[in-house]
Amino acid sequence: MRIELVRRPQHSALFSALSPFIALGLTLVAGAIMFSVLGKNPVEALYYYFIDPLTGIWDPSNRWQLHELAIKAAPLILIAVGLSVCYLSNNWNIGAEGQFIAGAIVGSFIPVVFPGFHSWIVLPLMLILGMAGGAAYAAIPAFFKVRFNTNEILTSLMLVYVAQLFNDWLVRGIWRNPEGMSFPGTIRFSEWAILPQIWPDSGRAHWGFVFALVAAVVVWFMLSKTLKGFEVKVLGQSPRAGRFAGFSSGKVVFFAFLLSGALAGLAGISEVAGPIEHLNEKISIGYGFTAIIVAFLGRLNPLGIVAAGIILALTYLGGESAQIAIGVSDKAVRAFQGMLLFFVLACDTLIHYRIRFVGAPAMKAESGKAGTA
Amino acid sequence: MIEQILITIATAATPLLIAAIGELVVERSGVLNLGVEGMMIMGAVTGFGVALTTGSPWLGVFAAILVGALFSLLFGFLTLTLVTNQVATGLALTLLGLGLSGMIGEAFVGQPGVKLAAIYIPGLTDIPFVGRLLFGQDPLFYVSILLTVGVAWFLFRTRAGLTLRSVGDNHGSAHALGINVIGIRYLAVMFGGACAGLAGAFLSLVYTTQWIENMSAGRGWIALALVVFASWRPLRVLAGAYLFGAVSIGQLHAQALGIGIPSQLLSALPYLATILVLVLISRNRRLTMINTPASLGRPFVPDR
Repeated sequence: MRIELVRRPQHSALFSALSPFIALGLTLVAGAIMFSVLGKNPVEALYYYFIDPLTGIWDPSNRWQLHELAIKAAPLILIAVGLSVCYLSNNWNIGAEGQFIAGAIVGSFIPVVFPGFHSWIVLPLMLILGMAGGAAYAAIPAFFKVRFNTNEILTSLMLVYVAQLFNDWLVRGIWRNPEGMSFPGTIRFSEWAILPQIWPDSGRAHWGFVFALVAAVVVWFMLSKTLKGFEVKVLGQSPRAGRFAGFSSGKVVFFAFLLSGALAGLAGISEVAGPIEHLNEKISIGYGFTAIIVAFLGRLNPLGIVAAGIILALTYLGGESAQIAIGVSDKAVRAFQGMLLFFVLACDTLIHYRIRFVGAPAMKAESGKAGTA
Repeated sequence: MIEQILITIATAATPLLIAAIGELVVERSGVLNLGVEGMMIMGAVTGFGVALTTGSPWLGVFAAILVGALFSLLFGFLTLTLVTNQVATGLALTLLGLGLSGMIGEAFVGQPGVKLAAIYIPGLTDIPFVGRLLFGQDPLFYVSILLTVGVAWFLFRTRAGLTLRSVGDNHGSAHALGINVIGIRYLAVMFGGACAGLAGAFLSLVYTTQWIENMSAGRGWIALALVVFASWRPLRVLAGAYLFGAVSIGQLHAQALGIGIPSQLLSALPYLATILVLVLISRNRRLTMINTPASLGRPFVPDR
């Protein structure tokens, strides 16, 4: 049997809406198989992954879990929204993890170096510095791409390792808390440098989640209603057509990288000024890479990305509860997320192509017909 | 002393060389597989696990090659049959490989591994200064050299190699000539996967002989950079791999000597060197234009 693709005359609106759901369904099936292989009850495992973290919707005593969901979703959405602009314009920034760390480091400058500076202005300054740090770090691969035609995939990724090592050096070296009992990490931020919680009564979700929603709406508006968004999409789909239209591809490279770097940086500083409350060596837990999956699951649409970010955040929380409840390794989460991206990409084929199976079974049917005739 | 340093450089360079040579063949056929890191780490965990359970490092090596090739088939099916975006699919392969290997390898953390012994030829290995360098290294070192020479010969001296390059340079024309573009690309992708798996086995059976999560530490990505650096030429990949081996061994020695530079900044050197080299090589637009396979990364759907 062979699989043949037949190009659709125009892309299928039905499948472009359905494909993320088909992909999710297939991932659940594959996940169930994976859990069975691991010797766990697949129904139970999937319950802990996808339902248990949501029980807070109807059960007030579990409401804190919804807050945790928002905490995990915030950086994923912020980063993925920026990445969608990059990927739509054909700029393969895969170093968001590094830009996240850069934002966290630069944003932490004030509370670590001037811990005595107490004012309402500290927090806004930190957020601005965080965005500037992320954007500046993303400007490096953008500059190399525009000026020297260097492959941005490899340079942006290499910078992730550099940022991780630099952060490690900072929090073990000159920025280490002298009273930290030799644990790596900076001093705890003063209350002026902490991102406030949204509803402190029921849980610790902070304003980072609001930033994420605002960023998604603003970027959605930019992409679908403004000339800049049109420029981004045209240059992504056909650089030649974009040049004829008078769009500068170099400027869009910088625009996409700076925007996604700034959002990743904002995610980074929101993470340290939010739930962690200081800078340490463990802030990088792969949000920048998981956000790539979020961006594709959201079909590179900022509003879709909000939903996708919540789903991926669910897998993080679900992974924790499944580990506690039935002893599924927390390592399963990343395998699960990887499978999801595979299915998302495979299902996107349905949007542009009709899939035809040709070969052995079809032949048999034909010969059968010939026999009866 | 010098011999010892050269041998350690070879140990650092060998996994990069093997993975990069595999990826070079893939890219010469017009496919960009960014999943090298994922295939490599799958090879590392398979090689380690099989060697540990059977006690035979060679079985581990073969299992790693097999798993690398099978894992790459996943990428091949998506990009070649379903014509998905190659960059995104390669990333997916890396993310899946890192996740799966972490899960599979959980049982192996902290276990002492099995080492693939260096070869020993009485008489030859004992020659002073050059004996161990030429006749006393681990077997995969010789495999990596043979692989490089073999691929160089195959690509530029055989008809099949010419066919593969034609597929990578102009898949439309190759298809019109009756060449099975998709079939050749499948074979190339599997070869790349097998090489990445072998490189991974080298990491867990020779380089460190233990399983550590994410132990490939970006080597798959450096291998990808090496292919660009080498402008898709096998012998230049060899030179590049040894250059990178020298940089990473140099920074390790500098760390050991404690020359006052923080260890993290020294550890960042191989990554910074990769960026520097990529920038330097891509500045020369003519060189990259001439050598880049013209169909690299472009989707191909045969018209029927």
